[in-house]
Amino acid sequence: MSVPVLEARRIVKSFGGVRALRGVSLAVHAGEVLAVIGENGAGKSTLMKILAGVQGPDTGELIIDGQVRAIRSVQEALSLGIALIHQELNLAETLDVGANIYLGREPQRMGWIDSGRINRESRVVLEQVGLAVSPETLVSELTIGQQQLVEIAKALSVKARVLIMDEPTSSLSGYEAQNLLRLIRELRSRGVAIVYISHRLGEVHGLADRVEVLRDGENAGQLSGGEISHPAMVRLMVGRELSQFYPHKVHPSGAPVLEVEGLRTRAHPRHAVNFQVRAGEVVGMAGLVGAGRTEVLEALFGITPALAGAVRVDGRALAAESPRAAMDAGLALVPEDRKHDGLVLEMGVRENISLATLHRDQRRGFLNRQQERALCEEMVGAMRIKTPNAEQPVQFLSGGNQQKVVIGKWLATRPRVLLLDEPTRGVDIGAKQEIYLLMEELASKGVAVLFVSSDLEEILGMSDRVLVLHEGRLAGELSRGELSEEAVMHLATGAGPRVSHPVPVS
Amino acid sequence: MKKILGILGLLIVVCVVTASLSDSFLSAYNVENVLRRSALFGILSIGVAFVIITGGIDLSLGSVVCLVGCGLPWLLTVHHWPLGIALPVVLTVAMGIGLAHGLLITKLRIQPFIVTLCGLLLYRGIARGFTGDQTVGFGSEFKGIRMLATGKIPFLPGFELPAPVVFLAVVAVVAAVFLNRTIFGRYLLALGRNPQAATYSGIPTERMTVLAYVISSGLAGVGGVFFVLDVNSAQPVDFGNFYELYAIAAAVLGGCSLRGGEGSVVGVLVGATLMQVLRNMITLVTTRNNVEFAIIGAVILIGVIADELARRFAARRRTARAMQSVPQAGAQV
Ligand SMILES: Nc1ncnc2c1ncn2[C@@H]1O[C@H](COP(=O)(O)OP(=O)(O)OP(=O)(O)O)[C@@H](O)[C@H]1O
Ligand SMILES: [Mg+2]
Repeated sequence: MSVPVLEARRIVKSFGGVRALRGVSLAVHAGEVLAVIGENGAGKSTLMKILAGVQGPDTGELIIDGQVRAIRSVQEALSLGIALIHQELNLAETLDVGANIYLGREPQRMGWIDSGRINRESRVVLEQVGLAVSPETLVSELTIGQQQLVEIAKALSVKARVLIMDEPTSSLSGYEAQNLLRLIRELRSRGVAIVYISHRLGEVHGLADRVEVLRDGENAGQLSGGEISHPAMVRLMVGRELSQFYPHKVHPSGAPVLEVEGLRTRAHPRHAVNFQVRAGEVVGMAGLVGAGRTEVLEALFGITPALAGAVRVDGRALAAESPRAAMDAGLALVPEDRKHDGLVLEMGVRENISLATLHRDQRRGFLNRQQERALCEEMVGAMRIKTPNAEQPVQFLSGGNQQKVVIGKWLATRPRVLLLDEPTRGVDIGAKQEIYLLMEELASKGVAVLFVSSDLEEILGMSDRVLVLHEGRLAGELSRGELSEEAVMHLATGAGPRVSHPVPVS
Repeated sequence: MKKILGILGLLIVVCVVTASLSDSFLSAYNVENVLRRSALFGILSIGVAFVIITGGIDLSLGSVVCLVGCGLPWLLTVHHWPLGIALPVVLTVAMGIGLAHGLLITKLRIQPFIVTLCGLLLYRGIARGFTGDQTVGFGSEFKGIRMLATGKIPFLPGFELPAPVVFLAVVAVVAAVFLNRTIFGRYLLALGRNPQAATYSGIPTERMTVLAYVISSGLAGVGGVFFVLDVNSAQPVDFGNFYELYAIAAAVLGGCSLRGGEGSVVGVLVGATLMQVLRNMITLVTTRNNVEFAIIGAVILIGVIADELARRFAARRRTARAMQSVPQAGAQV
């Protein structure tokens, strides 16, 4: 085989007492897609950050084109042609899209920033990733999915030889993800080496030439070509078989718990949305990025109160003008962006888990610390949160474990209606199944579950019924019998012809 | 706790240095004096710490000290209001100021810096206005109430504890319990770190922020009362001048991060004491009071730098220790 463009040998990296990498090796060649998979906390992101010069290894060496090199900074990695798309978004929200794409390497003309060129060249990469917004749009106005596309466009604009993507599709819907996968194949055929991290094994199966599996900071095995299959990947990742991935059973649904009539959100004031969720029912909400799914959940939960509409919970009218009012009515919302809205990153696991139940467990305003510790222990156990102790600041947990902390916080409120926005975003396969089991268990106890997901497989696997939104409108409703990938996509894209297809990469 | 050790060390160093340079530093009279000043500034510092914890700032408290400190003797001696009315009135005005700040910041979303900067100009201006820029004071009256600030409580043989220290102790205990043991304290710490996540968790972030400003201005009002009782008369032009900076510096030295979400009451107390010991050192050791600000500025800078370096050192130590516990697996693969 040819010399790898980038190779890592025996990389060791610790954070405090946490040993994230214990001697991992990895090599990627020009013109191939190497998928790196592993459970949450396996060390994937840590390894990628080392490859891209974000952090240095404790020991171990990096070899580029056969030569041992130290990569001391992101700048140095970029100059060697290595670009990383981070798992978590790292955009400057108050700047526009073009400024973000060229942040830190602004093209200049006589000492001035050449914004004409920024806009021209940004348009090209934005088109490649299929994001139809102007480079002058402020990043804060974009949805998470769109921001993710900006991150990808940013990495593309570097024209890297090695492109590392850490869960680039985690908040993209099926349609945008397909588009990205097409782009990756295109780059591969042009000789770019691609390192691709994802918890969506379906994607990995269709895309990867080779798969490197990490477990607990070590190499757990390799698969290539025909060996790459769903069961084989799972076995290497978790060390056992996972039977019946979606635990879904059809529920005998009871009385309507959540009734929504004529709901108009600020994002799509022209369309009113009507639906119900019954006791014990799991309802999925599908749609493209920007279809207004998050807006519906946030209006119900009183984050951005709706413009109009009636909401009833167990038959009682809910004036959701604040999250507290929604919580008192029995609602809980696991938000889409955990770093921004779900967690206080510098606080510990315990303090995050108890944050939404402090007022319930208080003793005349005083913290009930015993109860708080017990609650934390219970949730860490039930959700199998991987953390050295209850006081560990959640910023140091892996993405999937952070997500479990957010879900644990909301389960603690014992909701009547559980709203989940992308509940398995960035969550590994074992934890995914645990989250599914939890949804299932809650439904069987009579909780009404409404979840938004961009992962079509999950929508199909977990829903009793699916609501499909298209540009703020309820485009259709599919019962379990009518569910199929085509039926959902058909409704989500506004029945096909009206969607403008992104220009293919030239 | 660990965060406080650095500043506590600095305090001890400054005390030792001063004691070795000046014999009078450790005299009972001087110690009592420094303690009294520290207690008065401690009250202000604890107040502003609450605002800093929310990620805000309160620049107006020196002017609130002035407004209350001039207002009280003015009402008592010029207008002959009974004490039982004048005192509640000035304290209510102080809390009303905090309420107004909080509402402007949360409802109109004006930045705390701007709101309280305007307050800084406004309240002193008002005090100068209604007093006609004349010094106001108690003269030889109101001895009883003045004991609150000037009184002493026998403590050790030959040493008496200034009354404000006792009052501060009460304030500090209440503040510490509030911050660490009540859900409201937890709310403040959470919203200081991430207001979004706090809102999504159903925390009434706006009400909590308003509360912090009310506490800050309220304690500034209390401080104003104590200051004027202590010194007997107030000149509206400069009464309480720069006190906001002493208080903010004390809070930051004591471990409050201006980014919000961090801070401890004990740290703030140590910070406030350090500031007063420094000022005392300058009067005792040098004959040139005009270098006071330069020295205080330099020491704050040294304190903050030392704190940052200590934190980095600790982080590196932690990593090194963890490394030793890693078996040499990496080297053999
Ligand atoms: N800055 C840090 N400080 C302390 N611990 C850290 C830090 N960064 C990562 N870790 C720990 O290192 C381990 C590996 O984390 P990493 O983010 O690399 O996992 P991952 O494989 O990317 O997981 P995920 O699929 O959840 O993204 C985890 O246990 C994590 O808690
Ligand atoms: Mg990761």
